[in-house]
Amino acid sequence: MQLIFEKSVPGRSGVRVPLSDVPKASPFPDALRRKEPVLLPEVSELDLVRHYTSLSRRNFSVDTNFYPLGSCTMKYNTKVTENAGGLFAGCHPVLPLLPGGERLVQGPLSLIHGLEQQLAEITGMDEVTTQPLAGAHGEMTGIMVISAYHKARGDQKRKYVIVPDSSHGTNPASAAMAGYEIVTIPTAPYGDMDLDQFKNAMNDEVAAVMMTCPNTLGLFNPHIAEICDIAHQAGALTYYDGANLNAILGKVRPGDVGFDVIHVNLHKTFGTPHGGGGPGSGPVGVKKGLIPYLPTPRVQRTEDGSFVVEAHPEGIGRVSDFFGNFAIMARAYAYITLLGREGLIEVSEHAVLNANYIMARLKDEYELPFEQTCMHECVFSASRQLKEGVHAIDIAKYLIDRGFHPPTVYFPLNVKEAIMIEPTETESKQTMDLFIDVMLEAARLARENPEALHQAPVTTPVGRLDETRAARAQQVCCE
Amino acid sequence: MGYCPNTPDEIREMLAVIGAGSIEELFAPIPAELRAKSFDLPPGMSEFELMRIMREKAAAGGAEIVPFIGCGIYDHIIPAAVDHLSSRAEFYTAYTPYQPECSQGTLQALFEYQSAICRLTGMEASNASLYDGGTAVAEAALMSLRITERNRVILDASVNPLHREIVTGYLHGLSAEAVEVAPDGCSSDLKSLIDSIDEETAAVIVQNPNFFGSVQDFSELASKAHEKGALLIVSSYPIALGLVASPGETGADIAVGDGQSLGNALSFGGPYFGFIATRKRFIRNLPGRIVGETIDNQGRRGYVLTLQAREQHIKRHKATSNICSNQSLCALRGLIFCASLGRKGFEELAVLNYDKAQYAKSCLTSLKGVTLMNTGTTFNEFTLSLPMDAAPVVEKLLASGVAAGVPLGQYYPGLDEALVVTVTEKRSRAEIDRLAALLEEALCS
Repeated sequence: MQLIFEKSVPGRSGVRVPLSDVPKASPFPDALRRKEPVLLPEVSELDLVRHYTSLSRRNFSVDTNFYPLGSCTMKYNTKVTENAGGLFAGCHPVLPLLPGGERLVQGPLSLIHGLEQQLAEITGMDEVTTQPLAGAHGEMTGIMVISAYHKARGDQKRKYVIVPDSSHGTNPASAAMAGYEIVTIPTAPYGDMDLDQFKNAMNDEVAAVMMTCPNTLGLFNPHIAEICDIAHQAGALTYYDGANLNAILGKVRPGDVGFDVIHVNLHKTFGTPHGGGGPGSGPVGVKKGLIPYLPTPRVQRTEDGSFVVEAHPEGIGRVSDFFGNFAIMARAYAYITLLGREGLIEVSEHAVLNANYIMARLKDEYELPFEQTCMHECVFSASRQLKEGVHAIDIAKYLIDRGFHPPTVYFPLNVKEAIMIEPTETESKQTMDLFIDVMLEAARLARENPEALHQAPVTTPVGRLDETRAARAQQVCCE
Repeated sequence: MGYCPNTPDEIREMLAVIGAGSIEELFAPIPAELRAKSFDLPPGMSEFELMRIMREKAAAGGAEIVPFIGCGIYDHIIPAAVDHLSSRAEFYTAYTPYQPECSQGTLQALFEYQSAICRLTGMEASNASLYDGGTAVAEAALMSLRITERNRVILDASVNPLHREIVTGYLHGLSAEAVEVAPDGCSSDLKSLIDSIDEETAAVIVQNPNFFGSVQDFSELASKAHEKGALLIVSSYPIALGLVASPGETGADIAVGDGQSLGNALSFGGPYFGFIATRKRFIRNLPGRIVGETIDNQGRRGYVLTLQAREQHIKRHKATSNICSNQSLCALRGLIFCASLGRKGFEELAVLNYDKAQYAKSCLTSLKGVTLMNTGTTFNEFTLSLPMDAAPVVEKLLASGVAAGVPLGQYYPGLDEALVVTVTEKRSRAEIDRLAALLEEALCS
């Protein structure tokens, strides 16, 4: 398909700019003016509409396809929360920073405060900041808070952060961005961080341990409280990666278990749209002792019930321009309010039920590296299929031809030929059965006709793409 | 009310397949003592009840205030096509395009976005967007440390103070520092900036137009920085790029900015997107996602996420950044905005902003005691000196429904009487005249 730039016809125009109602100013000085015009496409509005409508049809999405992408929690995005998020389009974020401006924006400020309180209750934390703009941004913010805590106590020697090898790659990357060295602990045969190796690694130079529980293998670690205790005894803090929170709403609160800091991916657990890769939102919750180090500013409720924006002098400063991705926060606030206590518990129960159903029905054909009750996602290995020369990626591409977005493949890194399936709570048994049938068919094809899987996909606008060529050519914009 | 479709019969069938007696049994791996101590949330409600609550909150959101304020976020027109096309569920309910064959829509759109950003900034390589303007400046600073293997950046203090705070915070944990250079009045102090560059300087960071609204030529700064092995990072306001020399034309090595004004609503702080673009030789140091062109197994053109070997999911703690997302949907809005206006419309929009601001400038500086602090050219923002403290004046005008500008005292000690006024194409002549009348009244009383 042509690029919008290739559809450009000199002199054609789309949207009309408003007419001027002021006198023409003397010309902008040539010395400061750009020499080359901005070579943007010249297309009519209809050209534009057809182009982007056509492009949209070249995408799988939750609204069009089952999208069981493990660790990403691709649940249905409810339409009413979409409407709710759009209500604030005209609210300027600088208003509360003006003298006397706070009283004009009590609505959005109350929403921020309300969401912070909802998230604190859900996670078992004492206070939450909504400033971080994505999950990984929340991780970095959380680790910066931990760093500020240790520094404020004069505890300067802590330079390590511990992560399990099954962790999301963002965990070590975020800790490194905050200036820490990383210690990686391998996974034991039982599917969790090796407890003995963890104990050996723990000492008074460790600043924090970063975990997710259930972990990226979809397993709940029964030793999690002990791990927190061991960390605390050594003076380290514990960080909970909230990417998998969808599994435990109302069942477990990381704060109760012993975690000191958490980030929550609003786009995963609280059903805000993923947008083709963003925007997300990654609020961070902390226990009492860490509140002083949260980013500035903070939205506070005063005695008369009104909301104010306050500087947070001891905090780590600003991590984003304003209060976070507000319209995303508004959707999450609406989602939590809409579902309520029982609705959120039901979310986790059905997410876990659905994942276990898929696991039970596929485990005869696909290798389960860790066979135990899973939480909201299950991880298979295509190791049996590999013996026939079929890789996880071949199965993934076959699913595309059959109308399913593939599960996550090759993650977690510690499972060979990993296939990670997360159905979420919003999928019906019928949809999952269709998916399971196709997965079983792929297993049969791997035995009988592996070549059929290597050819896939054949129904998409393009076939398998040459990623090596893309990396070598580095063609990242049109000439 | 959890949008869970399965009926009690189906749940029983599924449990039978699993071999469990109840859903609760599936939570058995969680020890009893780790169970939630509280989950004190109100019961759920209907869509109707929810929207009543949300509308109440939105009604108290200040949207009726006429904004002459910016601070990096601007009230611009958004063509209707932007909302309609970006609302297509195939775009907004998709995820990161990990399987390119079924995500060509997102991938091609991001490739087009990268192309539009390169053309706006005069650069050769763009990523697929960053979180926002402030974090984009911070990521550019980190990028310059990686490229030069030096540990200090020079930060022009006429860069947005909110952005400077983020840069300082990002550098804090690393063994690197940001040194601020004070402006000369409302302009960057080019001589001091040049004098501050030494062998440890990774980059000089400037903003054009700067926080006071002044437009400057940074070409000499670029060449002086390059002479000493340092980079020049220019933060731009994308609408201004319809008129103002691009970072590429200036000689910058990295161009960044907030893309909000390209088709993204104010939305009380987000979501917006940050853009970052650079010279092709620095592409491997760009943070975040990049979409590249390639071909499929039959020679057809297609798009994939590329250069992923720099990224966190492969490199983990050795990655160029920890970013694992972009602001894809906001970037798509930016792209559609650019394509809606096109080459001619984009320049006309910039000129209209300039003309309106020049009109406002002449109205406001004709008031008794009000003077213009910018000595040179401005785009659509300028800084006034009032005959009294600006904060109470702004507060007073807010009561009349007008946000007159951003008082500078809280960001620049000693500039209590300074006020930055922003005028976009959306401000009518009548609104500008009203601002002038209200300001005159406030200053006289």
